[in-house]
Amino acid sequence: MKLTNNELEIVEILEKNARITTEDIAKMIGISVEETEQSIKKLEYNKIIVRYISLIDWTKIEDHPGVRAMIDVKVTPKRGVGFDDIAERIYRFDEVSSVYLMSGTYDLSIIIEGKSMNEVANFVSRKLSILDSVISTTTHFILKKYKHDGIIFEPDNKDKRIVVSP
Amino acid sequence: MHSTKSTYVSKMVSELKPSGIRKFFDLAAGMDGVISLGVGEPDFVTSWHVREAAIASLEQGYTSYTANAGLLELREEIANYMKTQFKVEYSPDTEIIVTVGASSAIDIAMRTILDPGDEVIVIEPCFVSYTPMVTLAGGVAVTVQALKENDFKIQPNQLKAVITGKTKAIMLCSPNNPTGTMLNTEELQAIADLAIEYDLLIIADEIYAELVYDEEYTSMAAIEGMQERTILVSGFSKSFAMTGWRLGFVCAPPEISEAMLKIHQYALMCASTTAQYGALEALRNGRPDVDEMVKSYRRRRNYIVQSLNEIGLTCHAPGGAFYAFPSIESTGLTSQEFAEQLLLKEGVAVVPGDVFGESGEGHIRCSYASSLEQLQEAVKRMKYFIDSL
Repeated sequence: MKLTNNELEIVEILEKNARITTEDIAKMIGISVEETEQSIKKLEYNKIIVRYISLIDWTKIEDHPGVRAMIDVKVTPKRGVGFDDIAERIYRFDEVSSVYLMSGTYDLSIIIEGKSMNEVANFVSRKLSILDSVISTTTHFILKKYKHDGIIFEPDNKDKRIVVSP
Repeated sequence: MHSTKSTYVSKMVSELKPSGIRKFFDLAAGMDGVISLGVGEPDFVTSWHVREAAIASLEQGYTSYTANAGLLELREEIANYMKTQFKVEYSPDTEIIVTVGASSAIDIAMRTILDPGDEVIVIEPCFVSYTPMVTLAGGVAVTVQALKENDFKIQPNQLKAVITGKTKAIMLCSPNNPTGTMLNTEELQAIADLAIEYDLLIIADEIYAELVYDEEYTSMAAIEGMQERTILVSGFSKSFAMTGWRLGFVCAPPEISEAMLKIHQYALMCASTTAQYGALEALRNGRPDVDEMVKSYRRRRNYIVQSLNEIGLTCHAPGGAFYAFPSIESTGLTSQEFAEQLLLKEGVAVVPGDVFGESGEGHIRCSYASSLEQLQEAVKRMKYFIDSL
């Protein structure tokens, strides 16, 4: 679907800040609030705006243990459905947050979230590696998140400019 | 207490007025929680790939002087940039000098062209350095006022009225600091016609040329017959968010460039080598950064202009730079009073318009190179301030 310049602007603004008001978006683009509202409805209807979500740094929240792991999975593709069938069997698990088909030495890249390393280990040994098509798995635990989807987690946002300058 | 004027300082310098911005800097610097719309520089930090290139140049040991005019590779990239972006062709060998910010470019330009008593027409409101730089070069600054009713665009007849036998040059800045006003091709042509008729030079400060939001930019040097009489000043500070690197450049016909280079080589030797390597990377791979920043400034300009108008500070839509220049006349305060009270009562720093020249009175300069959240909060506080008057 081809977007107008204004629709593109809206998408870009909302992608950075989903909580911004329609009034402010309208001002920033220089169009009416009604037009902005209609465009957003259209973008939602066409599933270009899929959802409005927040990026949470769970590690900052007390009593909220959680681990993330990236798992490289080698699989045997199946006749007719290729990798799609096994990918679906994997992404249906709630623990799995992302699944990608990769080029290179393994086939699927999975990101999984669990409460503990144990939980992740259990998922790999009891749910993932027993699947027929899965040949091997390599699990990497994420130790610290520095940047996620273009957002730096602890950015140095200090304004280093002098307060008044010519 | 000593109150006598120091005898060590020259008469010319002791008579120079200190910049009116200084006072606001001192006031605001001592306060907590100030939202500053008084900053004349981008809120972006220089792109990482540019910083990384400068670091790499240091690691590789590029720490010596460069040629007086700057690295040849950089001048070649500047030539290429001027041709691609502004449709003007300059020879990297004889017509481009890399300077220490646009300020040093303006300084060497003035010192190169002025004999004692020569006049330079300075169009106000403008950047605070033009007049002192004319004075320091031994010239006489003749100020002329761009008026609010003309959206701060100088009218050719106003210029014509102050041209004398001693006029050597017109100092022109478009897009303008502090008004954000940009002159279009026809408006530049009208000034060019005068320059040609009276055989004047134009010193064109085009430092904000990349930050334009509505119309396509025309460089004074791109107007027919003007390249030979234009000293084009630009740099990396605003377009590539590199203010602290102090790197600018000046393009002028060979005869003028050669003369400017004499001053530059004696006074400064060359611009910072590290900064030059950063600038090289900026020109080679920084185009997407500029596009992103322009997009972001445009949104914030739209936001601030409409918001200021809504709270009763009428404001024309500035075509470029990152300043809104609203009128505060409706409040009955002078621009100094407005700025000072706004700062003390609500903690919002703006720059009073009169520091940029007579016709800036009744206005304030609000830089919108701040995050949207800061702009929202500033507008809220300004509304509160105005309502309380």
